[in-house]
Order: sequence, then structure tokens, then C-alpha cells
Amino acid sequence: MSKVLTGKTSHPGVAEGEVLVLTEPVSFWGGVNHHGEIIDVHHAQHKAKMTNKILVMPSGRGSSSATAVLAELIRTGDGPLGIVMLQCDTILVIGALVSAEIYGISMPIVELAQAEYGQLTDGTNVVIAADSQTQVATVTL
Amino acid sequence: MSLAPNQLVLTDEETAMLAGAQGEAVAMCMRIIVGVAKANGAEKLIEIESAHADGTLYHGEAGLDFTEKLVALGGKVKVKTTTNVGSLDLLHPTLVHGDEITMAHGRRLMDAHIALGCEPTWSCAPYQAGHRPAFGSHVAWAESNAIAFVNSVLGARSDRYGDFLDLSAAVTGRVPFGGLHHDAARKAVLVLDFSKIDSKMFSEDAAWAALGVLLGNKAGTRVAAMVGLPGDLADGGVTEDRLKGMGATSASAGGVGLFHVVGITPEAPTLAAIVAPNAEHIVMTAQDVRAARDQLSTTTSDKLDAVSLGTPHFSVDEFRALAEAIGDGPKFAEQIDFYVSTSRDVLARSKELGYLEIFTNAGGRVLTDTCTYVTPVLNKNVTNVMTNSGKWAWYAPGNLGIDAVLGSLAECVASARAGRVVRDESLWS
Repeated sequence: MSKVLTGKTSHPGVAEGEVLVLTEPVSFWGGVNHHGEIIDVHHAQHKAKMTNKILVMPSGRGSSSATAVLAELIRTGDGPLGIVMLQCDTILVIGALVSAEIYGISMPIVELAQAEYGQLTDGTNVVIAADSQTQVATVTL
Repeated sequence: MSLAPNQLVLTDEETAMLAGAQGEAVAMCMRIIVGVAKANGAEKLIEIESAHADGTLYHGEAGLDFTEKLVALGGKVKVKTTTNVGSLDLLHPTLVHGDEITMAHGRRLMDAHIALGCEPTWSCAPYQAGHRPAFGSHVAWAESNAIAFVNSVLGARSDRYGDFLDLSAAVTGRVPFGGLHHDAARKAVLVLDFSKIDSKMFSEDAAWAALGVLLGNKAGTRVAAMVGLPGDLADGGVTEDRLKGMGATSASAGGVGLFHVVGITPEAPTLAAIVAPNAEHIVMTAQDVRAARDQLSTTTSDKLDAVSLGTPHFSVDEFRALAEAIGDGPKFAEQIDFYVSTSRDVLARSKELGYLEIFTNAGGRVLTDTCTYVTPVLNKNVTNVMTNSGKWAWYAPGNLGIDAVLGSLAECVASARAGRVVRDESLWS
């Protein structure tokens, strides 16, 4: 039985993987290391690993150099496979755009409204399809 | 959040840029600008007058690959573009002792920015090194303190940009029309009232670092107005450097891109001029300021190994104040490393005015082009460092694994001489 949540494409791409729901945003610069682990000691999910996961977090946080850190994680394959947010973070979109330009890796970023966002559960598998033309994105549970 | 399809409309020239009419570098940067505009639901792009590029500090190969690709594609900046700090001090190359790859890649990254036509400013305070956009002008500035300053103190308009978008904006001369470029987004939705606090507390620069923590904690990424702060820019109460330090700290503790100090910053002659309807109002107390100050010291020990000033980069005025504090008094204690981080431009002017000689004669060292909290400059056995900079105190313990102590300029000089932390608690009563 599958269920389809519909939202908006912040960055196009397709991905399938296990959901990691963050209860609060994390800053990629200073908050995530080169292995995709959360190193911000103030973060509730300190030491959680986002590598090859679908990262679900409400919004972005912190330094604008997070663009470069996310692009580097995507380049090395230590980053998430896709990101779902309640409120789109421009900084992360820039990191995804640049990774697509220079490495040809298109990591989807999807914006969902609260009613849909709330249906994502930690540890479950989802499929993301974020279309660039229509700007419509789906997350299939 | 709106799920309605965005209606980004490009001009004919912009459409041609996207199609490659001005070369592949412009087309690639345009794809990034348009991608962001679509994600944010912007209706159009606007032209910018200048940019400040923050991608100069080496964070990994992706930043280098992007910048060198732009160079290889023949990219050139279309507008005046200054550069933020890099990973090396090109004027004093022996001061930074980073690993070989970071140093080599860091140098290539700086060279690539020059090849794109950026100016070799290498400073997080370009606004005190000759780059001051006009009130109301649209710019694309990256680096959090520079964004807060250009918006708040100069009244120019930049959204909060980061690495890659800064250069993409510089190469295309465009940004999405969104965020702080809009009038409505510049209104204060939060009012912080300081009128219940004795103005004596604000007579030291370090108090403004504490105000930055308060502002960042309370505002997050929201626009705040501050009322009840003493003096103005002309009478020495609120100096430009105090606004610089406060803004930098607020952008570290929170995500502040614009703040208003009523009666002082240019968009806020009165509260009515910039307050949004139904703004939240919070009355601050002296205890709030002391508690914020305490967030900027990670130890109460009086052990001291080093002093670091100039985050953001020191100004000529700050060099003068430091020279006056040193005067013809004794040198710094032998075992204390005393650093000032600044721009080449300020270094040259401070040298001419004689301030530099007073500082170096006392035993101080100057770092340019980079900063002591982002590159390995301090000696490896340094554990306790004093600073008057809220931003340095906020980041250095995490970045460098040291303990930070926030103090006034006078406390920093007195402590460097004594070889231990010297406090003047009467400043905070």
C-alpha cells in the first residue's frame, strides 16, 4: 500500500532511501562533518549519520558556507540522497544546483506543507521524484 | 508556503544569457541564479551594483572545482567584487601552519578568484577597506557579518547569500528579486527595548558583543529594531565598529541579516519608519546583557596564552584605540601571543599613521588576508584566549578547541601585560 505526498520542487531529481527525520535544523558548516555525521554537540541528534538517507528537516540553519559543505558531501557520496523540508532553505538549494552543474549529480530537495511533512516517519523507505518543469514533487511512502 | 507554480519572468537579455549568448560561464551562473529564483518563487531578477565573494576560504574540492570551472569557461565578474578571507596570509606566509593540501588548494582558490576579476581585498570587512555600497543600492554580498553590515549600517540591500551564489551573481550581474531586496521584508517584526538599562553599561565595546548575542538569540533570522540604546554615530556612543561587532555576533548566534538601531542606522530615523504591524516587543534588562556576555566566555580561569582581536577585521579606528591603550606602557608578557587580524588596506593606513609600530613594539603580531579563528595560526599549545570580539568568542572554541574569554579592549591589553586574565567587573554593573 503506497501513499503519495505532493509538494514543490526546490531542486529537481529522483531518489529512494530511508528517512532520517531531524527534530531541529542542522547547519552543514560546523554542524556536519565530511562523513555526513552531525557533529553539532547542541543538536538533539548529535552523531546521527545522514549518508545515503533521505534527510527530513524543518528548515535550514547557520553559516552560508553550508553551500560548499553540502556540495562536497554530494561529490564524495557522503551526503544525503535527497532532502525534504517544511521551509525551503536557499543555501542548500545552491549546494544542490552546483553539484548538478559540476558533477552531474542531481540531489532532489522538496518542500512539503505541514500536513504532508508530518506523515514522514523516521526509518521508513520513501521515493522522491522532483520535476523541474512543473515544479511539482512527489514523495511516495 | 505557496504551492502555486512560480512565474519567473526573464528579460530578453537574461533569456539570451541563459542560452549561452554571453558564453558558457555566464550560462552556468545564470542556471544557478534561475534555479534559486524558482525555488524561492521570485518573479524576476534584478541587477546588482557590487558583490562580495565568500567562497575564498577552502572548505573542500567542490568549491575549488566550481571556481576553477568558471575560470576555464572564461568567466569574468560583471560588477565590482571584493573577496573575503582566504585560507592563507599571502603577506605573512609563515604565520599560517595548515596542512599541505589545504594550503595548496587554498592558494589555488584565491588565485581563481583573481582570475575571475575579483579584487584582492581578502577581508571580511570590505566595507572598511574601500567598498561601501550606496544607500538603497542592490548588491550580492556573502559572509554573514558583511551581509548584516551592508544591510543595516549602510542601508544597501542584499539577501543572505552564500558560497557559489555570490560568484554566480557577480558573473551575471543579477540576483533573484526576493528576501531583503524587498521593502516589506526589511520591516522589523521584533522590537528590543533597552531603555531600562543604565547607558554606562554600553560604554565598552565588549557590551556590544553581548548585545549581538541577545539580538541573535531573540531574532534568529527575523528583522529586529533596537530602541533605547545611547548616543549616536557622531558623538562616540554607538560607533561604526560597535555596530560591526554587534552585527557579526548576532549573525553567529542567530541568522541576522538586517537589524535597525532606531535613531542611528539609516533606514530607522524613527521606530514608526521601520516597524511592521503587530511586531513583538521585548523589554531587556541589565541581567539579560550580563547573561549574554557570559555565553561568550567558556572559562572563568585566569590562565591566558593568547589575545586575538580583529574578528571581523580590525579598522583604522580600532588600531588607533589599541595604540592609545598601549601608549608608552610596558610590553606584553613574553609568553602571550597577541594577534590582530585585519585587511591589507587597513594595515597600510595604520602603518602610515604610526599605530602599527606602537602595537608591534609592544610585542603584537598582525595577520592579514585570513583570520585566527578559521586557519591554524595560534600555537598548538594555546588553550586560553582572550578577545573583545563576540564572533571570535562564539566560533573559536568549536573551531580551534580552545577556551575563550570575552573582555574589553582595555582588559585585553592589561591581561596581555600581566600574562593572566585581568577583569574590571565594574564595567558590567
